[in-house]
Amino acid sequence: MTISANWYLLLAAVLFCFGLVGVVSRRNILVVFMCVELMLNAANLTFLTFARQQGTMNGHAIAFFVIAVAAAEAAVGLAIVIAVFRTRGTLWMDEVSTLKN
Amino acid sequence: MNRTFSKLALWAFLALLVALFLGYFITRVLPDYLPAGRAVPPRLGDLVFYACAAATVAGAAGVAFSRNIVWSCIGLLIALLGTAALYVFLSADFLAVAQLLVYIGGVLVLILFAVMLTNRIGEVNVSNQSLGLGGGLAVFAAVAPLLMLVAVLVPWPVRPPGPMAPTTARIGDEFLSTWLLPFEVASVVLLATLVGAVVMARKELKAD
Repeated sequence: MTISANWYLLLAAVLFCFGLVGVVSRRNILVVFMCVELMLNAANLTFLTFARQQGTMNGHAIAFFVIAVAAAEAAVGLAIVIAVFRTRGTLWMDEVSTLKN
Repeated sequence: MNRTFSKLALWAFLALLVALFLGYFITRVLPDYLPAGRAVPPRLGDLVFYACAAATVAGAAGVAFSRNIVWSCIGLLIALLGTAALYVFLSADFLAVAQLLVYIGGVLVLILFAVMLTNRIGEVNVSNQSLGLGGGLAVFAAVAPLLMLVAVLVPWPVRPPGPMAPTTARIGDEFLSTWLLPFEVASVVLLATLVGAVVMARKELKAD
């Protein structure tokens, strides 16, 4: 492959920035959640790029753990989302402010 | 009218950013990597890489900027698929399959379930909260140049990667030797997740 590592890192940076902008600017919990997944994915891409560059397996192992934790986060997070929607009837983050103050 | 104009302005700004960055990249950075004198014809693998990267970026933009949440889901699907294809390019075949199974088969289906269960899909609720699009653009302007310039300008040591080989056996060895403790902790985390999700999602039983 002639594609150098810089391109992969650039792509991961673009993905991470999109996810970051989505987390900050969107107000729907589900969209924020998807953007967090996007950022985790970008981090995985970076890990795998460096693993390929170094020829070791450590990046693969860490990326695997990231995937496992992301799956756990998805299960618990979406359960919380469903519970919030059941009790409050909304998914807009600014309206869920019971713990404020 | 005002919203249409602001949307157009936002897209123009994003296009300008991308164009500036591409121009800088092609004129300043790219010549260092090309052998001088003659243009290199693109190879098929490179073209596939560019196609996957473009699909991934387009999907990510759909996730972050789409107004309809179902389109966000589909954008996430495209982004995850593109990333899985890139994992194959990085000779991480096992992780590509794990991505397909766990993310697309599990997480995305869960998100779609949540979208369908919280049944206010077509709701157009343009938020003008304190940290709205302005905050997003501010964070983008703060973070994006740093990350991208670091990714592009730092001369990462260019070593020719080895030939593509199946990685499953080596990952298994690593898990059971170097990464044994994190591996076990991950299994405990998954178990706790299982219990926690059940506890949160169940209906409260009345004690009688």
